[in-house]
Amino acid sequence: MQDYLTLLKLKKLPTTWCPGCGNGLVVKALAQAMHELKMNKHNTVIVSGIGCNGRSAGYFNLESIHTLHGRAIPVAEGIKTANPKLNVIVLSGDGDLLAIGGNHLLHASRRKTNITVICVNNRIYGMTGGQASPTTPLNAKTASTPFGNEFPEIDVQPVVLANNNLYARSTVYHFDHLKQVIKKALLDKEFSFVEVMSNCYQGYGKKAGYMHPYEIIMDFKKNYNMSRSHKKELKKNEIGFVKK
Amino acid sequence: MIKINKEYCKGCKLCIENCPKKCISLSKEVNDKGYFYAVYKEGCTSCKFCALICPDACIEVIKE
Repeated sequence: MQDYLTLLKLKKLPTTWCPGCGNGLVVKALAQAMHELKMNKHNTVIVSGIGCNGRSAGYFNLESIHTLHGRAIPVAEGIKTANPKLNVIVLSGDGDLLAIGGNHLLHASRRKTNITVICVNNRIYGMTGGQASPTTPLNAKTASTPFGNEFPEIDVQPVVLANNNLYARSTVYHFDHLKQVIKKALLDKEFSFVEVMSNCYQGYGKKAGYMHPYEIIMDFKKNYNMSRSHKKELKKNEIGFVKK
Repeated sequence: MIKINKEYCKGCKLCIENCPKKCISLSKEVNDKGYFYAVYKEGCTSCKFCALICPDACIEVIKE
């Protein structure tokens, strides 16, 4: 069961993230999925951007690149173009991929490069101290919006589905589902996008009135339902995957 | 039963909350990094709930 640890740099553990952070669970799910698909350091590259989740590339015992803010997808596309035999995975956060790197996401999904993008959506800019990001829900109180967020959150699903790519959504609570979805995305031959709903207790949960990271994780259990794969689109509170 | 690697543990208490038998508790000493770590008491049924939710990969479940 602990075989997947060969894919991680054990010298660097424990991770630098806050106790109870969902990023560790995403790293674990990805490492287990890669281990089951027999991906190793000879055929896989992980690219990450800036942010809390950007640090996760450093924990993998692979060739991994920690790029500029928002530019994880162009670097991954470059690697894939130079050596098409490699499996290229982008592992980054919502502030990196959807805010400053939003344009690159748009064009990567248009070009259908065979890369897998895993976006860890914790609904906040966690590393800089909890400012509102494009995925912060309406009326949420954060460090930069003390009277509530005025603007609605971004929805990535139509952007990815517009070019008939694979879109999947999961949460850190549904761990086995997350692993299955990541496996599906890794085996896909075109551009694939996995959105993982994650928790940020220090940056977002404290101001939202949660007492413990576990309460946020249990809220995912309450609020998200499993969906069948035949649907054309996922609803806001559904997890699953769509490919037209 | 479970085996906890105390040097990887950061004391987030997710396993303590998630254990249906309540057989994990927090230590009174700290590890090398300065965190209170999780300790196994008694009564494990090898359901793997703690190992699934642990973000730091420090719990190993051994079936008896």
